[in-house]
Amino acid sequence: MNQDVLIQLKGISKAFDGETVLDNMDLEIHDKEFVTLLGPSGCGKTTTLRIIGGFESPDAGDVFFDGERINDVPPYKRQVNTVFQRYALFPHLNVYDNVAFGLKLSHVPKGEIEKRVKEMLEMTGLRGFENRKTSTLSGGQQQRVAIARALVNQPRVLLLDEPLGALDLKLRKDMQNELKRIQHATGITFIYVTHDQEEALSMSDTVVVMSRGKIQQIGTPTDIYNEPVNAFVADFIGESNILDGVMIADRQAKFAGQTFVCVDEGFNQNEPVDIVIRPEDVDVVSVEKGMLSGKVSSVTFKGDYYEIIVDVKGFKWMIETSDYVAPDMTIGLSIDPDAIHVMKKSEYSGMFGDYSTFSEEMDHLSDPNPEADAEDAAE
Amino acid sequence: MKAFSRIYLVLIFLLLYAPILVLIVFSFNEKGSFAAYTGFSFKWYRELFRDSTALQSLRNSLLLAISSAAIATVIGMFAALGLDRMRLRWLKNSIKAVTNIPMMNPDIVTGVSMLLFFVAVGGILQKINGNIDLIGFPSMLIAHVTFSLPYVILSILPRFRQLDPSLREAAMDLGCTPAQSFFKVEFPHILPGIVTGMIMAFTLSLDDFVISHFVSSPDFVTLPLYIYNQTAHRVKYSMYALCTLIIFVMVIMLLLVNFVSGIGERGKRKKETV
Repeated sequence: MNQDVLIQLKGISKAFDGETVLDNMDLEIHDKEFVTLLGPSGCGKTTTLRIIGGFESPDAGDVFFDGERINDVPPYKRQVNTVFQRYALFPHLNVYDNVAFGLKLSHVPKGEIEKRVKEMLEMTGLRGFENRKTSTLSGGQQQRVAIARALVNQPRVLLLDEPLGALDLKLRKDMQNELKRIQHATGITFIYVTHDQEEALSMSDTVVVMSRGKIQQIGTPTDIYNEPVNAFVADFIGESNILDGVMIADRQAKFAGQTFVCVDEGFNQNEPVDIVIRPEDVDVVSVEKGMLSGKVSSVTFKGDYYEIIVDVKGFKWMIETSDYVAPDMTIGLSIDPDAIHVMKKSEYSGMFGDYSTFSEEMDHLSDPNPEADAEDAAE
Repeated sequence: MKAFSRIYLVLIFLLLYAPILVLIVFSFNEKGSFAAYTGFSFKWYRELFRDSTALQSLRNSLLLAISSAAIATVIGMFAALGLDRMRLRWLKNSIKAVTNIPMMNPDIVTGVSMLLFFVAVGGILQKINGNIDLIGFPSMLIAHVTFSLPYVILSILPRFRQLDPSLREAAMDLGCTPAQSFFKVEFPHILPGIVTGMIMAFTLSLDDFVISHFVSSPDFVTLPLYIYNQTAHRVKYSMYALCTLIIFVMVIMLLLVNFVSGIGERGKRKKETV
């Protein structure tokens, strides 16, 4: 086993009322890492966190902490602290006593409690709030108290369950930077749960993409974005055009009725594959110069770029371009070999990546993932 | 219209409080009579405190009220805790319904059924050991705990329901054992409910006549029973003095209940505005 592995989940399964939430999951979390569990609601990310925290016990499988099996260790004996989704601050205590709560329980000398609480309040920007009632604080301030209360105990691991979900956009961005800074300063392993892909990509060292109780992909944010393993990941992380294709040979993929040069190799000859092309990787050119051509069906101004939908032989592509094109214009499309990403077929093939049902209204709902909503409804 | 509602209000208050006012005034009347007010005097109070049977019954009442309130509060707290944690909804609701029976039942029915129960059980106990006498303080205690229990549970249960379940998890996360998490986090939150319940149980016990009438014995007489026995003969004016004292105690208790639940209410409202 790797020296550096702090938490290891082996074959974890969990079901609630007969509904499988985690399905034979394996995961290794390294020391001092910022790991994000990312996925739509109902994918099992919060359950994973609660199993690490000790609030749920797995139906099958083992949890190891620093090489020791901790399945039956109750939460109050784990070297793990949690920042809860709705903060869960103690309403009968003031800010100071909330933060000092854990230290008092472990009988830390009074002088040291004072020193550590003060340091922590300083770090989270809460100096001067010691005697305030938690109910008089704003959401962002309550969030900071929750973080200070967990971190003051110097845990090996900090678990964060969608901690920024209740904050407004600007505050959320500030807190993202703050969290990243705190993680660097303390060197504590952070396990962060979110359904916000942007948040996951900007904060994490490692992103774990989950769906339907299974891990889809583990990797750095760049890997996840540039090399998604299947249609689910490609669609969940950012916008993607996902097409049916065939690998004719190494570095030769056929899709949209044409053969393209790409950089992928190692597939069987004529193996059916999924092709991912990010909207920003497609260049708009004149029809003569284009590898493909199609008719623009909609144009949306996005500030620094235009988002256009182009109909190429019935398949609707999403393309981001800085040049204005008019609706109903016929344009050529050019794709660089390294913009073509080839994935093996998976259970998610054919479910995502076509923008034929895409419309202005759906864009306003900012709903990149209809599948996630279906799962929500099933919950 | 406004004048009419004023008159109506005065009339209602008059009807409600005039008897009590008369009682208080005449408890200070020197001559033991309603015919004439002859002068202010503590005579009847002095007489009351010389009446050893009355004082004994007062002591009995207080002993019973304090012990039954304490027991009902402890049982009620854990009953509320158990009900709150119960997962099966139908079971929870049926237990709640059963718990409320002593509250809904007419006192006379509760009194008679308890009498029958204590006589039956007392008979069995007598056969086992002749020295055990259930009827008296033990039977009174059991009866008073029984009828005050639903009030205690009803005042604590909503407090549990208002508690965010993640607070318990947060406490455990920070190193509390389940018992510590109860006493450090949940207990402070439900405390106002516990105090209200306890004061309610205390006053209910102090006040009860009907049920006590059935389950008491001549060697354990509480104040209401004693007063009732007095009225069967010629009314002693020291009883007016006693009633006046009781009224004062009750008013203080009531203010206390309002004060305590007032604190809880204010806390809750503050939280909602955030």
